[in-house]
Amino acid sequence: MGECADKLQVRGIAKRYGEIDALLPTDLTISSGEFLTLLGPSGSGKTTLLQMICGLVPPSQGRVIIDGQDQTDTPVHKRDIGLVFQHYALFPHLTVAENIAFPLEMRGLRSADVRTKVNDALELVRLSELGTRFPRELSGGQQQRVALARCFVYQPSVILMDEPLGALDRKLREHLQVEIKQLHRKTGATIIYVTHDQEEALAMSDRICLMNQARVEQVASPRDIYARPETSFAARFIGTSNVLAGKAEGKEQGPSVRCGSRSFGTQAHRFVEGEDVALVVRPEAISLRGEGENRLKGRVIETIFGGADVSVLAEMEEYGTLICRVNATSTTPALGEVVEFSWPSSAAVVVRR
Amino acid sequence: MMHLTQLPAQNRFRPSAIWMIVPAIGLLAFFFLWPVLQLLTLSIYDQNGALSGDNYARIVSTPLYLRVLTVTLRISAITACLSVLLGFPLAYWMAGLSPRARSRVLIFVLIPFWTSYLVKTFAWMLVMGRTGVINQIVGAAGGEPLSMLQGEGAVIVGMVHGMLPLAVLTMLPVVTSVDMRLLQASQTLGAHPAKGFWLTFVPLSLPGLTSAWLLTFITSLGFFIVPALLGGPQQTFLAQLIISQIQQLLNFAFASTLSVLLLGATFIAWLAYDRLFGMSSLSGGATVPRSQSNVLRLVGRKILSVCAAVSQMIASAAEWILPAGIMSRLAPMYCGLVLFFLAAPTLVVVPVAFTSSSFLDFPPAGYSLRWFDLYLNSPLWINATLNSFVIGFASAAIATIVGGLAALGLAKTDMRWKGAIFALMLSPMIVPRIVYGVGLMYLFAGLGLIGTRAGLIIGHVILALPFTFVTIAAVLKNYDWRLDQAAATLGAARLKVLARVTVPLTKGALIAAFLFAFITSFDELTLAIFVSGGIMTTLPKQMWDDMFLQLNPTIAAASVVVFALALLLLLVAERVGGKKTA
Repeated sequence: MGECADKLQVRGIAKRYGEIDALLPTDLTISSGEFLTLLGPSGSGKTTLLQMICGLVPPSQGRVIIDGQDQTDTPVHKRDIGLVFQHYALFPHLTVAENIAFPLEMRGLRSADVRTKVNDALELVRLSELGTRFPRELSGGQQQRVALARCFVYQPSVILMDEPLGALDRKLREHLQVEIKQLHRKTGATIIYVTHDQEEALAMSDRICLMNQARVEQVASPRDIYARPETSFAARFIGTSNVLAGKAEGKEQGPSVRCGSRSFGTQAHRFVEGEDVALVVRPEAISLRGEGENRLKGRVIETIFGGADVSVLAEMEEYGTLICRVNATSTTPALGEVVEFSWPSSAAVVVRR
Repeated sequence: MMHLTQLPAQNRFRPSAIWMIVPAIGLLAFFFLWPVLQLLTLSIYDQNGALSGDNYARIVSTPLYLRVLTVTLRISAITACLSVLLGFPLAYWMAGLSPRARSRVLIFVLIPFWTSYLVKTFAWMLVMGRTGVINQIVGAAGGEPLSMLQGEGAVIVGMVHGMLPLAVLTMLPVVTSVDMRLLQASQTLGAHPAKGFWLTFVPLSLPGLTSAWLLTFITSLGFFIVPALLGGPQQTFLAQLIISQIQQLLNFAFASTLSVLLLGATFIAWLAYDRLFGMSSLSGGATVPRSQSNVLRLVGRKILSVCAAVSQMIASAAEWILPAGIMSRLAPMYCGLVLFFLAAPTLVVVPVAFTSSSFLDFPPAGYSLRWFDLYLNSPLWINATLNSFVIGFASAAIATIVGGLAALGLAKTDMRWKGAIFALMLSPMIVPRIVYGVGLMYLFAGLGLIGTRAGLIIGHVILALPFTFVTIAAVLKNYDWRLDQAAATLGAARLKVLARVTVPLTKGALIAAFLFAFITSFDELTLAIFVSGGIMTTLPKQMWDDMFLQLNPTIAAASVVVFALALLLLLVAERVGGKKTA
């Protein structure tokens, strides 16, 4: 990510279908070589945003600027973007090599150059042997690699990927995640990636743009968005969280939030006293019989073995169910046992409700 | 799922399943295959009953026959090409519509599809005649009247009008199944929309286009109504020669020889098609190419890339010249014109039927019911109409039951012969009707069935069987057989299962099949010409005779009756049968 010039700028872009807002006015800037993920549940507007960037859907308002040029009104085929479709959209009547050659032929390259570039692209995705096959003769994972090669081969300014691994099973998906990351590193391409899978977003992105209900919820690096969510939606959507609704409180003993009858210490926050907020504590920040400043007693109702760790679910008197994740090597409490949970105030984040 | 549903069905139903197919096979074997095959033997005997190749020698040595064959092939090929070319943009546009809107537009293709060829051709006589609609317009503009009938142009217009709905209906399933996202993909990869269309959509629609071409070509080969009424002596079709050999010269042997010639041309077309594209692409939906020879593929791609480059240039030029708003409206405008071309001629017939004058002028000088009055008070017309109804109901009922049982039997078995039986069931659609008519006449002459209702009913059952079979088989394909098994475990005997579960659940398809069989019979002219023996007239036969003797508004009145009935039945079938049509 050497240079940090703005590759793509989206300014106040929005889409309305009649009365329904598919996307509210949105601003977003992506720097050259960045891997940005649009993450959100279905209907959050992420695919609409992607389609407006590549020109398949005209925006109701706003501009799209690629490499400093306003491309809002440029037709799709002149935009120099690449799109990897969810169901690959390989041409079934063309062979693998012909599919990869297609964008090069559209750009009028000499056939000798086409051949070299196609071979290089096939090598890049390790499919050199399969150039003469038809797409239907390949497995799902191989088809997706052809789709990737077809996109990377002409080095578009921006590559958009619309849930490209959505149709694959879990194992293959994880395998291809690594492969896409390596392609990204090798080629230095600027990639905008759409997914509804938060683990995928955390694993792959430089930055995540979290979307909900037709607008951007938060844009941050995976680490930041996980450690410092700004809204309770962000806290719930990314990772698992314990979320307690409450009101921001005064500063006598440091920042805190009052939830029902008790008050819990938190990280420093920007809310004024009495404001409606929520307190977020990640399960791995909570320990059993620990030393944290905040303590709660609860009855264990379920323990779930997860390999490296064990999730303990407990019923609190006033606050419903709490989830805590402990190391699998430590002893787990028995069902029905009443245990004291604790967490440090520094691990408690205050977010907008 | 497959195992759960099929294994018990096989074990339980195998014996009865075969019995369900037997009536259909029996009917087709005796009343279809046998008479058609008999033509082959008839053609190699001379008039004294001795084995000879004279009939074939006569064809080869007489320029007239070869010329008629060439005309038949040429006009049929032109018709097929034009039908596919005009129909493809319509099918493409329909494929992009929402399913609801598509089925609305489909009605406007289905109505002309099910409208009698006689009515359609009669309409063109009214439009293109000396005092017809077009000449009225030309005259009003101060021009000399054009003589359009009796020429190749008129025949081609009439035939394309007749074949276009068939072409669209054949290619529509394939065109609709092409993934529209591939067009988007081609654009994101840098192809101009016009170019992307040629490089992705056209090759993927090719199976539909070629099968539409083949079906319209083969159907055109057997045509006689359009060339006889709209064309002149230069446009004589093979089928017309066959009719005159039988009606005027009573020369069965030579008529058989000509029929064999027609049948041969049909089979050559099929074989060539199978060689080039493979039969499987006829079943529709399959967009995956067979591994064709590399040369053919390369040539195809070259042609397509030239088309793509040219159309990109045209489209780019058009974008320059035309205002932006017009471009996006071109497709709907074109499709509106095509649908108008399909509907308008038939609609001309309706006002003419209500004319108060004795001539077929359009628009009529005044309106009256006198021609309907004449129609209703003529024993000839009423008798013909009644005959058509009786024959239609009887043959539709038999065809629905026999075809339905066959579809049921075939759905429940997994025999080796399934493919062959399927082909046999569809074969009456493939063999030109005129050929079948000659064969059936010869068979019936021996059985004393000429000029009887029973004879016509048998013939019409054979013609309607493919329609009823396909309509019902299509619904049974998605039928949940576990429901029948459930009924059986709840204690229902086999016939009870059929009566209480299977039939009620497939009721829509059964009604639609019945109605389509009825329309098929009600419109049918070819067999009536041969088998009615001049005694047992049906409505189409009466219209045909009158159209040759003397054109008069009674024909228009009869046309309105035929058209209105077909329209009514079609709409009912659409209602009850859902989307399972044709």
